[in-house]
Amino acid sequence: MSTRWNRKDLLGLRELAGDEINLILETADAFKQVGTREIKKVPALRGKTLVNFFIEPSTRTRTSFELAASRLSADVINISASTSSLTKGETLKDTAKVLEANHADIIVLRHSSAGAPQFLAQRLKSSVINAGDGAHEHPTQALLDLYTIRDKRGKIENLHIVIVGDILFSRVARSNIFGLTKLGARVTLVGPSTLVPREFEKLGVKVSHKIDDVLPGADVVNLLRIQHERQRKEYFPGIGEYTALFGLTKERAKLLKPDCLIMHPGPINRGVEIDSEVADGLHSVILEQVTNGLAVRMAVLYLCGGIAT
Amino acid sequence: MDAEAIRRALRRVAHEIIEQNADLKSVVLAGIPSRGVEIARRIAEFISAIEKIDIETGVVDVAMHRDDVGTRAELPVVHESKLPLPLEGRTVIIVDDVLFTGRTVRAAMDAISSFGRPARIQLAVLIDRGHRELPIRADYVGKNLPSAASEKVRVRLEQTDDEADAVWLLKE
Repeated sequence: MSTRWNRKDLLGLRELAGDEINLILETADAFKQVGTREIKKVPALRGKTLVNFFIEPSTRTRTSFELAASRLSADVINISASTSSLTKGETLKDTAKVLEANHADIIVLRHSSAGAPQFLAQRLKSSVINAGDGAHEHPTQALLDLYTIRDKRGKIENLHIVIVGDILFSRVARSNIFGLTKLGARVTLVGPSTLVPREFEKLGVKVSHKIDDVLPGADVVNLLRIQHERQRKEYFPGIGEYTALFGLTKERAKLLKPDCLIMHPGPINRGVEIDSEVADGLHSVILEQVTNGLAVRMAVLYLCGGIAT
Repeated sequence: MDAEAIRRALRRVAHEIIEQNADLKSVVLAGIPSRGVEIARRIAEFISAIEKIDIETGVVDVAMHRDDVGTRAELPVVHESKLPLPLEGRTVIIVDDVLFTGRTVRAAMDAISSFGRPARIQLAVLIDRGHRELPIRADYVGKNLPSAASEKVRVRLEQTDDEADAVWLLKE
């Protein structure tokens, strides 16, 4: 591990070098081990304050960051859109300045606008961690996906990763594409042409609109949630049609290689993008993703929050 | 110190550990990455050769237990800790290359406590260079090397550094 970490913020995987991503994954190995100890808490960030600033709703990401921060002995404050003064007309920048004046060392931001974390990172001394910004990036979700693949298959290089679903609106897909291609994986995106336009090939990935052609060669299938809240009629004809054409049904799962991994960032829409039997089946590593998410977020908080400011 | 001097020092430490611990089966040699891990392995080898029993070794990470995170320019790299569990009833001997301020050892004791409650914790080091900042002393010392605070102690081991075994005292 010769790479050194010198970033106060984690805004996305696009700007990270492959070595920096590997450093996060190796650091996460050490923190995953902490979860097996009798006392699952280390003093690494003692005295630091983390603010979970979630303008968009989220349970699992927020909880995961909260738990990660507690296990590093940081103090945690949770703020959601409805409990912040944003509803009273305060700007994002002013709210963040107030948080910083209260000595928030790390701000974990979930926001509906792409670029909001970068906006804050450039203006604040605090570390800013992007917990999802619009359809832009969700770096810690992609890192935990990378970690899970590496953990299960021992490597990422040369594996064939298939990402299925609403790629156009998915920050998870975007971060995954950047991370996977940097670590040498082959990536194929699958979905309706309205949600998976050919433009994505510019990012160094393949695009397909026929899932049955792609599944037999996949080492990992990462299913994205159909985001009802972001869909409009012109992009997405209907749920039944989507399931018929792109859902990972019991029958389709038979096309998979025996050691293929099935991943899903959650929350799952059972019966839409994935059948219940498949989500709970042998290929599925969906719950391991959650456990690994904690280790990866501890690593990110340690690296970004631990550097001298 | 050259390779032969290091070998002799560690062999003596192994003898002292045998002398002080009647129940060698309860002993765990826990090295601090990365040179402490290699030194622990060597001491375990000596004990095995002398007493014909296998000694358990482990790794104890201190990076996430340090008290200076956020104050140093370079963030310590974290490693995975590996200790045989449960620790109850065991004698854990922390092994490191150089004992200086004692802060690393304090962090190591903190880390070990998070795995359980060993019967006792001891400390073995290749070099004790003085300048303690905490009430900590080593139970087993390969060599006492009185030094000025401005000097540096440099340890090189074949397995961890790709250089011949050696210890230098560097004047600033």
